[in-house]
Amino acid sequence: MHPVLTLVAQRFALGLLLLFAASALIFAGTMILPGDVAQSILGQSATPEALENLRRELGLNEPPLQRYFSWLFNAMQGDLGTALTNGRDIADSLSTRLGNTLFLAFWAAVVSVPLAIFLGLLAVRYKDRWPDKLISAVTLASISIPEFLIGYVLMYFVSVRLGWFPSVAMVNSSMSLFERLNAIALPIAVLTLVVLAHMMRMTRAAILNVMQSAYIETAELKGLSSFKVIYRHALPNAIAPIVNVVMLNMAYLVVGVVVVEVVFVYPGMGQYLVDHVSKRDVPVVQACGLIFAAVYICLNMIADIVSILANPRLRHPK
Amino acid sequence: MQDQLNHLSGRVTAGKMTRREFMGKAAALGVSAVVAGNLYTSAANAAEPVRGGTMKVGRGGGSSTDTLDPAIASSETPITNITTIGERLVEVSPTGNINPRIAESVEASADAKSWTFKIRKGVEFHNGKTVTAEDVLRTMERHANEDSQSGALGLLRGIESMKADGDNFIVNLDSANADLPYLLSDYHLVIQPDGGFDNPGDGVGAGAYQVEADEPGVRHLFKKFANYWDDSRGYADAVETIVLNDATARTAALQSGQVHMIDRVEPKIAKLLDRAPNLHVKNVSGRGHYVFIMHTDTGPFNNNELRLALKYAINREEMVDKILRGYGGIGNDMPINAAYPLFDDSIPQRMHDVAKAAEHYKKSGHDGSPIILRVADGAFPGAVDAAALFQQSAQAAGIPLEIKREPNDGYWSEVWNVQPFCASYWSGRPVQDQMYTTAYLSTSDWNDTRWKRESFDAQIIAARGELDVAKRKEMYSQMGRIIHDEGGLICPMFNDFVDAISDKVGGYEADPNNPMMNNGAQIKCWLKA
Repeated sequence: MHPVLTLVAQRFALGLLLLFAASALIFAGTMILPGDVAQSILGQSATPEALENLRRELGLNEPPLQRYFSWLFNAMQGDLGTALTNGRDIADSLSTRLGNTLFLAFWAAVVSVPLAIFLGLLAVRYKDRWPDKLISAVTLASISIPEFLIGYVLMYFVSVRLGWFPSVAMVNSSMSLFERLNAIALPIAVLTLVVLAHMMRMTRAAILNVMQSAYIETAELKGLSSFKVIYRHALPNAIAPIVNVVMLNMAYLVVGVVVVEVVFVYPGMGQYLVDHVSKRDVPVVQACGLIFAAVYICLNMIADIVSILANPRLRHPK
Repeated sequence: MQDQLNHLSGRVTAGKMTRREFMGKAAALGVSAVVAGNLYTSAANAAEPVRGGTMKVGRGGGSSTDTLDPAIASSETPITNITTIGERLVEVSPTGNINPRIAESVEASADAKSWTFKIRKGVEFHNGKTVTAEDVLRTMERHANEDSQSGALGLLRGIESMKADGDNFIVNLDSANADLPYLLSDYHLVIQPDGGFDNPGDGVGAGAYQVEADEPGVRHLFKKFANYWDDSRGYADAVETIVLNDATARTAALQSGQVHMIDRVEPKIAKLLDRAPNLHVKNVSGRGHYVFIMHTDTGPFNNNELRLALKYAINREEMVDKILRGYGGIGNDMPINAAYPLFDDSIPQRMHDVAKAAEHYKKSGHDGSPIILRVADGAFPGAVDAAALFQQSAQAAGIPLEIKREPNDGYWSEVWNVQPFCASYWSGRPVQDQMYTTAYLSTSDWNDTRWKRESFDAQIIAARGELDVAKRKEMYSQMGRIIHDEGGLICPMFNDFVDAISDKVGGYEADPNNPMMNNGAQIKCWLKA
């Protein structure tokens, strides 16, 4: 087997192992949440018999290890159980919410990733001159302002004053793609402003690092334009750290945008998770936790695999 | 100028502006008196209902965990939803009368122990079945079941037996209660086919709208039910409840025209919002009150002189100005205000009086050790600031208050009804009996001032069975005075409900029962053409 394939397979197996460990942690974590599930469902007026009935119904009297494996086994088959609070099938409700979250994350990434890398390249090209300083100042300022504040400011000017885009980013299945994109324009703008700086700064730093190399000097001596030197010769060799930071930010766009969801009333996973945590709806919390962990691990695995593949020494071993 | 004129006309239609004000403002815009007069008339007559359109309501208090089961609805969004799809036996009108809905008429026996509700003919459920007395009986049975999780369970405890007899639904009580129809007007008690035993959350009711899309925590879409019996409701073709928990998101959605009405406008922005050209802020005084409560059986609060000292030491006007920003009314150390039926407005208002506070404090013989007041902002919005104001005004009378801040989490289980002196909130009840029964009966679980007097219990029960309105009013007046003078309740303010509606909405009326026209603005209002 090609050594690079071995490496990739190893990384993949490690990812699975990590996910397994995460599932155990999530299960243990929800076990130690204060308050009994049956008690929190039935409320203060619960009679002991009703509590006992519900515990039996939910299987809360089984030993934890057995509950963990039956939960994990069902989850692997796509059966996440039913929500305790409203009796809905979790996989059904979650798939819509997850779809929405991924939709928003995807379009935010489509806008922000190329923009961040382009701005990073531009900053390298005009290093220490005013475009570099302007880009750094603007992106650092936007990452430093709390995202809800950016949200409110955009909402006031773009939505209330100018009326260009809606302030309520509600999407549903009856909307066309264009209507959906129009609805999520403001959240995309906020998320872009939030993730831009991190990726841009990393691109800039990684490329500047490569720019010291001898082959860059050679490329310059060949008479290539300086922008071409940067994106043809420096960027491919700086790709590993850039992909890493891009993946971290994509993971953030999937799992960390609850504030933006609340401000723009976007029906994503974050709000769904928070609602159920406050009602101690443990099966939903576990399902969301598992999905978030899977997204995180998956994106990091992709970043690692890309770094492996981007490394010529690993691709072409002597 | 046209915009401004439209704005003025809108205020006339909404009943916010008199003819004189309108003419004055129109003249300032350079409009001649004749033109302005015509404008005023057309604006004032615009209150003719219009059918059609989609009424969009932005409400707080929604969550992904919501269901359409009326028994467990407890926050704004689910209550709005069950009011949209359901119909109750009776409702309380804005003026405090009983409004017959599924019950066509209500009759009590002479001793107020047996009540007969005649079921209206020809009312249909969304599934095509006709509403019968049997359905009403089954609904009440479901909510009265001890194992049910219904929020109305406590209200139905006094029922001895119920039966369906032809077109009549008959309730027998174990003791007389002249307020039974008010209890059965509770928002949980939406009539469902066969009582909703099979699938309580299926959203099938007898209300003006039926469920089209149900996405908890996001939106709920309803379309007009074609066979709805009441022509005076359900003007829009469709109603959409949009969950907007964030206060800023709610206001922005109204301002940008994405919803037609919102609830819970924050008092601090209400005045600014009302200046916007295409919407109106509506505040209605309700029965909810922000309070400080003392346990009358625990030292030092078992001394009425000390209780009076604290009652005189609080500055009610200042609290209404600073905590409610004027969107509320001052309290009078009793849980009742003018929004209740049978309120006696001759009970003297207690005012802030430093001298009297100091005098009572001296009489109480308190040893001068700090009196600990526990607060959290979860008790009511601004509770911590209100406590600070209270501390200052008490200081002026030489009463040492010490504020102890508690976490919001667990406030209602660890502090309220446990600690002897703390901040709290009461949302009020439709009638005085219910308020006194819930919080001032010796045996009540929620007697949060530990007010335990047999004579007072007897008064509550006697008033409950009294059918003579004048006598009853006198009895409630006496009870109010007793709590006012001796109770453990310091009630500085009653908060208003603050709603805001777009100028496209017609038919809005103030209703002190609950925000948003008793949570029914979406079915009672219409969209102007």
